[in-house]
Amino acid sequence: MSKMINIVINGAPLQVAEGTTILDAAKKINVHIPTLCHHDDLCIAGNCRICVVEVGNGKTNLMAACATPVYENMEIRTNTQLIRQARKHILELLLTEHNINCIKCSYSSSCELQQLALEYRTDEDLFISLRKPSTPDISSYAILKDESKCIRCTRCVRTCAEIQGMSALTMAFKGNSTKMSTFMGKPMNEVVCTNCGQCINRCPTGALVERNYIEEVWNAIYDPTKHVVVQTAPAVRVALGEQFGLQAGHRVTGKMVAALRAMGFDSVLDTDFTADLTIMEEGTELLTRLKKALVDRDSSIALPMMTSCSPGWIKFIEHIYPDLLPNLSTCKSPQQMFGVLAKTYYAEKRGIDPKNIVSVSIMPCTAKKYEANRPEMRDSGFQDVDYVLTTRELAIMIQQTGINVTTLKTEKYDSIMGASTGAAVIFGATGGVMEAAIRTAYELVTGREVPFDGLNITPLRGFDGIKEASLLVENVLPEWKFLEGVVLKVAIAHGLANARKLMKAVEEKTVDFHFIEVMACPGGCLGGGGQPIPTNIDIRSARMDAIYKEDEKMTIRKSHENPEVKTLYEEFLGEPNGHKSHKLLHTYYTERNRY
Amino acid sequence: MDCNSLMRNVMKMGKDEFVQVLLDSGLKGRGGAGFPTGLKWKIVKETKSDIKYVICNADEGEPGTFKDREILDKSCDKVVWGMALAAYIVGAKEGYVYLRAEYKFLTTKLRIAIDNMDNHLRSLGINFKLNIAFGSGAYICGEETALLQSMEGYRGEPTNKPPYPVNFGYLGKPTVVNNVETFVNAMIIADIGSVEYKKLGTKASQGSKLFSVSGDCCKEGVFELEMGMTLQAFVDEFGDGDTKAVQVGGASGFCVPRKEFSKTIIGYEGIPTGGSMKVFNSSRSMYNILENYLTFFEEESCGQCTPCRVGTQQLLKGVRAVKRKEKPKSYLDELLKLADTMKYASKCGLGKSVGNAFKSIIENFREEIVY
Amino acid sequence: MSNSEEFISQLADKYGRKRESLMPILQEVVDQYYYLNDERMLNIAKELDISTADVYGTASFYSFLNTTPHGKYSIKICKTIICDMKHKEDIVDAVTELLGIKPGETTHDEKFSLDYINCLGWCHKGPAMLINDECYAELTPQKVKDILLSYIKK
Repeated sequence: MSKMINIVINGAPLQVAEGTTILDAAKKINVHIPTLCHHDDLCIAGNCRICVVEVGNGKTNLMAACATPVYENMEIRTNTQLIRQARKHILELLLTEHNINCIKCSYSSSCELQQLALEYRTDEDLFISLRKPSTPDISSYAILKDESKCIRCTRCVRTCAEIQGMSALTMAFKGNSTKMSTFMGKPMNEVVCTNCGQCINRCPTGALVERNYIEEVWNAIYDPTKHVVVQTAPAVRVALGEQFGLQAGHRVTGKMVAALRAMGFDSVLDTDFTADLTIMEEGTELLTRLKKALVDRDSSIALPMMTSCSPGWIKFIEHIYPDLLPNLSTCKSPQQMFGVLAKTYYAEKRGIDPKNIVSVSIMPCTAKKYEANRPEMRDSGFQDVDYVLTTRELAIMIQQTGINVTTLKTEKYDSIMGASTGAAVIFGATGGVMEAAIRTAYELVTGREVPFDGLNITPLRGFDGIKEASLLVENVLPEWKFLEGVVLKVAIAHGLANARKLMKAVEEKTVDFHFIEVMACPGGCLGGGGQPIPTNIDIRSARMDAIYKEDEKMTIRKSHENPEVKTLYEEFLGEPNGHKSHKLLHTYYTERNRY
Repeated sequence: MDCNSLMRNVMKMGKDEFVQVLLDSGLKGRGGAGFPTGLKWKIVKETKSDIKYVICNADEGEPGTFKDREILDKSCDKVVWGMALAAYIVGAKEGYVYLRAEYKFLTTKLRIAIDNMDNHLRSLGINFKLNIAFGSGAYICGEETALLQSMEGYRGEPTNKPPYPVNFGYLGKPTVVNNVETFVNAMIIADIGSVEYKKLGTKASQGSKLFSVSGDCCKEGVFELEMGMTLQAFVDEFGDGDTKAVQVGGASGFCVPRKEFSKTIIGYEGIPTGGSMKVFNSSRSMYNILENYLTFFEEESCGQCTPCRVGTQQLLKGVRAVKRKEKPKSYLDELLKLADTMKYASKCGLGKSVGNAFKSIIENFREEIVY
Repeated sequence: MSNSEEFISQLADKYGRKRESLMPILQEVVDQYYYLNDERMLNIAKELDISTADVYGTASFYSFLNTTPHGKYSIKICKTIICDMKHKEDIVDAVTELLGIKPGETTHDEKFSLDYINCLGWCHKGPAMLINDECYAELTPQKVKDILLSYIKK
């Protein structure tokens, strides 16, 4: 129990725990103090100074509310003439450095600087313009960096350092030359950026946004010669509603499908379908590796095997731990499996020339934009996924269509790549891929369902940075006898800083796992770089709850029971990991610079 | 001064006793911030930690200040012994002199002084290893938390206070950060005692201080003067007979016009200062002087906080615009308000002090800016 | 320029491989190579296992840690108010006349760079300048030329 401190805010007395900042104390009594550099997920910076408040007697003590812990009998005033002048000045100063062409900015109306400037009726012309000419960095497929909009709050730098452990961004120079930069100011596509987009989620302005493909997708939809298919990732359906004023965790799956249809997509299909497919391929791959290691005693087999559906994670391991590339599953991500099948299996079945198919995906992710453009992702003979849109871009397109999403009637996905299971939808949460894989693998090997109530493998769930679990495999079916008595050891990490810790242990062989799931983003895909902004632990928790609820409500809960997946194998692929699977659904990786 | 004997005396006296002597002496930090030295050492002494540090802030960069350079050049031994004294009192086994890059030519002298002291410390049974850490050209690293950031391998950006270095300093350990001159004064007090020390100066500004005097003077250099004197007395002694203004405390200090000389006290009760005294005669343009200061701050600001990073640029561009008649005279009043915001809302002393020179020059010499 | 990998590895042996080893390593690399380029910063990043962006962000903060090409002898002339009052511009002009470079520039043979710098702490004997670690005060245009000639001969 921490010591309680008595303070007074705007004349109102209250008690808070020792160590509480003025900002948090004020929140408890619903006193709002504006902030810009502050973010719940990050360490305290205290550099924007807009949260300054008066403490004690007189004017000499303006302190940053976000950075100042309370002391006994502290008297705080949050709205005085001096404070208002300070806040206005700070906004006016920031505006003199800022590209104020809001009409052209994709972040307009979400921008925190804009909102505060409007709230304080600031005059962007009071002081002298310090704006310098600059061109945005569009070198990356995923992230657009526009330094003319940077307010030097360092949220992006702190995110990349603390949450992702990459430190691809830094502040450079000092004084009037201070700027946010990469190593030597190189373009984003030349540095160790993993495209995870977490920086975008935390940037208060439009300095960091995703590369936008809305116009390209509209053009494809309007083109009568093109057949446009769209796939939707699991994490999108529990977050899209936030862009339309719904609470975080509101599931809008059916409405999303209806909206996509109304927008003019020729076929509305589901990434969850290929998520189930991924489980079939990856599960088989894991069991094959285990057999080779345990039965054939093949020491060249790389264990632990690691999931490969998170492209931010893939780029991370290519940069930082290329020695562990053999450990990665060779399976493509569900997005990419979908893309290649759309222009082969789907094209064949529907009798459409694949060169006329435009394959679009809706993702909670920015790294997927990079993934779709990886040179090896062309096994269909064409670029397998043409355009990737984030949840945010989809919301904009829905608005442009003029649809009121909240009043739409729910609709169902199209076939032949639209059926899915509960195991697929949980891919959107950290631990979900692992859970889906175990639901199938355990049943395949023992003939029984996993010994967890309602198939909910709760030890794999939740937001602990690194989770470990083990499962005794016993009473197996005859052809799996090499697994009898094996304790299957698994680990799950989310956020790249946690991934780095885990990989270090794997590399140093201080841990002993069979299978590891890694998601680049905190919380898993539900916290992805393409998801609605703002993000914090409460919002991500709500999305996580929604994902597991969606799973429970599905009729089919296990990947191997997906009827369309069964059909796909029977009529097209043959066996999991068979020749055709290897040709279309598996991939390889590229070693990159560590620094 | 036989530093070795002085140390022996203090060891005989006892740590608590010497801390009391320091407190009684009223010694305040000689870098300009003026925190009571006895109190600083007391806090670190009483903080429980196996590891503690003593750091000498030799990042003298305030325009017009060069007394630390002179001290390091001529009285290096007093500085390093003062640090050993602090280390003994507070319980630190390791220390650093943070020497600005521009003073690298003093390294040999410093190393010799440290080596000489090491021999004595061994016989005294004091375990204190003193190293040198170099700056690399950043005025802001004279601010103690920025200095610590620099030593830890980061950009020299001041950190949020609290926590203060006395509790959470170098590598998170309790740390004494003091100015070069402060350590020398500690040795002086160990030598002559607090009563003798207090014979000079005033109640609020005990003792004597070194002043760096330059500009339109009849004599320039480093002078030891009693604190609490009036600026008039100073100008009478050092000015060239035509003194228009004196900048007390460097670019972050105040520009005092002729009419205020007799009313202004040089000390913590008047204008506290690190000792920089720049003297300007009537041939000097206060506009040029202001422009020079603002250019200095615009470049040397660490750039992290909005009021300082952008404010310094606005003040500079603003006075230039008024001078060139691109902005009306009344724009100066907007800038004065901005200087106020910078004073209250900036994250560290640099941003807070830019307004001092700005305000004092605009208020006292407005016509030189406007015409 | 020779491969700095070996040199930097030795520096890391000397100063350690922690974050607090960064400044002394950066300083010695600049002493040796006159400035930090991609390759040198990369090697420092490798030795300390920190990102190149972190190395660059830290180095670029400090005026003496050049991240762009710089000459063997770095001439830094004080431009703060007292030296300015004492005709520092005449000194700059003298350097320009002799070496053909203006502030911010480097000679073609990469032997000299000229920059302005802020208060060197020689106000009472201004104008003053640094050439690498050496300080020269009470300068006159003639004195500066003599000093530079001695460097040119080196």
